[in-house]
Amino acid sequence: MSRPEIGRQEEFRLLVEQHSRALFGLAWRMTGNQQDAEEVVQETFLHAYRSFDRFDGRAQPGTWLHRIAVNCALDLLRTRRHDAGRVELEAAGSDAGDAAPGPERLLLSAEVQRRLTAALRRLSPTERAAFVLRHYQGCPIEEISRELRMSENAAKNCVFRAVQKLREALQPLV
Amino acid sequence: MHVSEEQLVLYRYGEAKDAAAIGEHLAACATCRAAYQSLERALAAVDQMPAPDPGENYAAAVWERLQPRLQQSRDREGAVRSLTLAALFPWRRLALAAAMAVLIVAAFLLGHFWPRPQTVARQPLPEQVRERILLVALGEHLERSQMILIELANANPGPQLDVSSERRWAADLVGDNRLYRQAAARAGDPAMTAVLDDLERVLLEIAHSPSTLSGGELERIQRRIESGDILFKLRVVESKVRRQEEKPNGL
Repeated sequence: MSRPEIGRQEEFRLLVEQHSRALFGLAWRMTGNQQDAEEVVQETFLHAYRSFDRFDGRAQPGTWLHRIAVNCALDLLRTRRHDAGRVELEAAGSDAGDAAPGPERLLLSAEVQRRLTAALRRLSPTERAAFVLRHYQGCPIEEISRELRMSENAAKNCVFRAVQKLREALQPLV
Repeated sequence: MHVSEEQLVLYRYGEAKDAAAIGEHLAACATCRAAYQSLERALAAVDQMPAPDPGENYAAAVWERLQPRLQQSRDREGAVRSLTLAALFPWRRLALAAAMAVLIVAAFLLGHFWPRPQTVARQPLPEQVRERILLVALGEHLERSQMILIELANANPGPQLDVSSERRWAADLVGDNRLYRQAAARAGDPAMTAVLDDLERVLLEIAHSPSTLSGGELERIQRRIESGDILFKLRVVESKVRRQEEKPNGL
């Protein structure tokens, strides 16, 4: 099962090259800030490396890494909850809208982002994970339930509660 | 009768079982259509929050930061494997030395890692270097335990999975873990005792599992690991021990 060390290193380097950016996107959505996202990416690859010999290629490497990243991000979110009681979320999109919209639209957009940021902070780690997996990653509920090790009904509820909280936060604006 | 909010969310994500019926209802019912459009607008606003671009050279930066940690991981892996080999061969001297080391660690923990009752006169601290080595041993035990659990938690549930190495590692760790747990209980540290107790149960389950797991058996172990948040608790306890290690005066 074990690969020669040099070949193993090279194979693993290719995985890092191909999947780092996608994992960063997932980790940022899950953790809400760049520093934590980078930590999740590092931890993901470290865990992946430790079990690399056992990865037999039956699953897609992206799916395999993605599953590890979700677990790492969940661990981190739970730690952050214990440490600080909440997860910080940077407004990544605040510099993104450079298409010169009018001032009213800018103000509205800023308010939407502020409310979304606050609402995302209030999601539990599993609600956030389920929502990110469903909304951004396009994972079916059945896959989310497997990744988060919960029943399909529980996964559906997590997605639903997350959407409900986000909608409530945006209710007067959209 | 209107479509529930939950059904609308599932419909939006293509997960509703009766999607065709919901679609027809939305076409006919202005109230539900308005609710659905409101949901669409809210989710569109969520899409307006892009993740930041980590930059073109991000993968190279990740690899650069990762390399020293991979090297450490290889070193530790080697250490764990050599421990396993040691346990597999019934060399009396080796076994005796290992047992002595564990007893020293347990005795040290009894005496120093947990606070003594105030009524007992405090003995002078043993040599700081020795203390540090012993703390490192406890930290390594916790870390090795985590490595096994992480490997199993992240394993792909397939038709068959060979876990013979993990079984041996778990069997090696159970004995040490029992001593640490008993020492913690005697020293009156219920939090540490509880974590080590949880860990021991999981290690025993792994040690007593078949050497080849079916998908269902692996998922049962994964649920066991997940259900008690054991990895998180281990990480907390390990970081506490590591912080003790880093203190200039040890304990």
